[in-house]
Amino acid sequence: MRRIPLSALIGLVLTGLFLFAAIFADFIAPYPLDAVLGKVWEPPSAQFWLGTDTIGRDIFSRLIYGGQITIFVALASSLLSFGLGSFLGFLAAVRGGWVDQGLSRLVDLVMAIPTLIVALVVLSVLPINLTVLILIMGLLDSTRVFRLARAVAMDIAVMDYVEAARLRGEGQVWVIFREILPNALSPLVAEFGLRFIFAVLFISTLSFLGLGIQPPLADWGGMVKENKDGLVYGKAAALMPALAIALLAISVNLVADWVLSRTSSLKGGRGA
Amino acid sequence: MPELLEIKNLRIEATSYPPGEPPRDVVLVDDVSVSVAKGRVLGLIGESGAGKSTIGLSAMAYGRGGVRLTGGEVWLNGRDLRALGAGDLRALRGREVTYVAQSAAAAFNPAQRLIEQVIETSLTHGLMGRTEAEARAVDLFRKLGLPNPETFGNRYPHQVSGGQLQRAMTAMALCPKPDLVIFDEPTTALDVTTQIDVLAAIKEAIRDTGVAALYITHDLAVVAQVADDILVLRHGKKVEYGTTAEIITAPKEAYTQALVSVRGIDHVEKAPAPSVLSIQGVTARYRGTHFDVLKNVTLDLPAGQTLAVVGESGSGKSTLARAITGLLPPARGRIVFGGRELSPALESRTKDDLRELQMIYQMADVAMNPRQTVGTIIGRPLEFYFGLKGEAKRKRVQELLDQIEMGKGYIDRYPAELSGGQKQRVCIARALAAKPKLIICDEVTSALDPLVADGILKLLLNLQAQEHVAYLFITHDLATVKAIADRIAVMYRGEVVRYGTKTDVLTPPFDDYTDLLLSSVPEMELGWLENVLAHRKMESAGN
Repeated sequence: MRRIPLSALIGLVLTGLFLFAAIFADFIAPYPLDAVLGKVWEPPSAQFWLGTDTIGRDIFSRLIYGGQITIFVALASSLLSFGLGSFLGFLAAVRGGWVDQGLSRLVDLVMAIPTLIVALVVLSVLPINLTVLILIMGLLDSTRVFRLARAVAMDIAVMDYVEAARLRGEGQVWVIFREILPNALSPLVAEFGLRFIFAVLFISTLSFLGLGIQPPLADWGGMVKENKDGLVYGKAAALMPALAIALLAISVNLVADWVLSRTSSLKGGRGA
Repeated sequence: MPELLEIKNLRIEATSYPPGEPPRDVVLVDDVSVSVAKGRVLGLIGESGAGKSTIGLSAMAYGRGGVRLTGGEVWLNGRDLRALGAGDLRALRGREVTYVAQSAAAAFNPAQRLIEQVIETSLTHGLMGRTEAEARAVDLFRKLGLPNPETFGNRYPHQVSGGQLQRAMTAMALCPKPDLVIFDEPTTALDVTTQIDVLAAIKEAIRDTGVAALYITHDLAVVAQVADDILVLRHGKKVEYGTTAEIITAPKEAYTQALVSVRGIDHVEKAPAPSVLSIQGVTARYRGTHFDVLKNVTLDLPAGQTLAVVGESGSGKSTLARAITGLLPPARGRIVFGGRELSPALESRTKDDLRELQMIYQMADVAMNPRQTVGTIIGRPLEFYFGLKGEAKRKRVQELLDQIEMGKGYIDRYPAELSGGQKQRVCIARALAAKPKLIICDEVTSALDPLVADGILKLLLNLQAQEHVAYLFITHDLATVKAIADRIAVMYRGEVVRYGTKTDVLTPPFDDYTDLLLSSVPEMELGWLENVLAHRKMESAGN
């Protein structure tokens, strides 16, 4: 194990803090999610560490609970997009022919329409709840994972060991899960970090536009929306959740960068 | 008179990063001293990892990624290169010493015309004007035997053949009139009939320009044709150093003797037997093309014997393997295997057909999944074809490892933890695990060092005697063919031009192509190159 670079260490610690806060929100948050405790838009103080929001709720507490939902939704949709996207990507690479053509063109079609617009249209028709949100985000994002997984698997599928497996008579399932997946894992894991950040940004955007997480639940995008009017009066409340989004994005990015650089040198094959 | 290049007690180190361990320094070259006088050629020879390229590059005070010159002296033209700064070295490289790389295809910029790249060094060093440099380049093209020397330089790298590109790189190295040229395996990647042309061109250019050269190769027979002196290296240390005649005719060290007598396997061809594989009039082409890569190929392989398929790149020998395995279903013709006709496509073959026909690849590195252990790699066919599991499977894997002379302690290793020869052995064990009737060997020894390749060939012959398995042995190396084959098929542009028992095929009278092919294999004797060139009937296929 080589030394972890400083940037990755910072990323790891911050990401760990975010996850810890999200998981143990009930124990950490000083006040309940919905309690109106102070005046409107109070500045940070000993009582309210990050001040209060548009109706006097503690921002720090809401930030912690909001993080819980934001991270959960982003994580669930990333897992969905990776499971689906990489399986279909591998399948397209291994099968080739019309399977590949069909899947790839379908993905092109979906990607040709801006994701946000698709999401907005679908969400204005369907009932908005966590399941629907996760499904839509996961499905839309899986197109990007599909492309990466297909490209990586294409490189692996031409290797002699995959040909050897085919000549042995192995089925598609063995080829995908035993020959290709273990060798495609490292670039996919690095990509997972990046896609997770995009999911965080995406759910925040949706909430900001009023089509994501619905009140009384809190999430970071929604909190920016609730407090954005305060900016006009010089109140910093909206900046707190925005900063949280930025900080999470940066820290996960630092970790993903490190994973990517580590695995790409592994791919060199000489352990150097 | 002082020598042109004088290397004294050279020591070269690099830092290695073994996975899971702290970095440590390894010594690549230890206490090597050589000297090259003006106009002389020194051959550096050794297997991979012997440090020959590293020493070669040290003559221009260069070390590849992380390689450091840590001891000794390198004198060129009376200056110690280790004492020079970056600016002085830049002025020296390309002016006093130049370099010819192994892979010309990777060394040329594909987006620039050849002439621009050939004269670039002379121009940047201000050695001559553009007109003069271009005239010199054309002159060199002519000396190197390139077609249409006046216009050759206007082509792009992809528009010329591999052998021509290698000669263009030699022209590039000679253009700035250097004192020393480093040739790093310049003919290794070429076909055997092309190699001989390039070799002759290089030799003549060296003689005409009076330049000194370091000639790096792993093939002693090749270096014997061009070098005045030879330094034999192993594990970064000097084994033997002497004139070419001394090394070839009277080697002192055991290692040198082994190199000189390599491929001394004596294989007597077996008596005729019923065939296990019969290829009848097979014609094949790749999808979407209008060109037959196999034309009416008819061959027979007797059970338990070896059929060597010889030919140069593009002759269709690997395509033949793809047709037999079902990866490329033939357009016409039949393939009869073990008494029954094989269905053309892989998907519709029975499990037994697949089991009895195994394959070994050229690059053992990519023929094994890097994320599987040796136990999994060899064990999978046992599980897949015979349903072996758990302890029974492990026991059989160990038996197979014993059979390929690797023994205990390898079963839980990953391919990255094996040497090149060991990797190929594991691939052989994987094929053997299926208890096949036929193993297709696609250039299985050409990526290996001569002595290691020798070991693999001996192993294959032993296994054939024990298991009565037949080999279809695809190779471009005729020395290998002589060592292992019972029957030989010579292929040229998709056709079988000569086929028969080993003795018949290798006995005159020859057809023109077989003659060219046989005469192009370098032999371990002085003056062989001149001799062959004087008696040639046919131009090599690559031109």
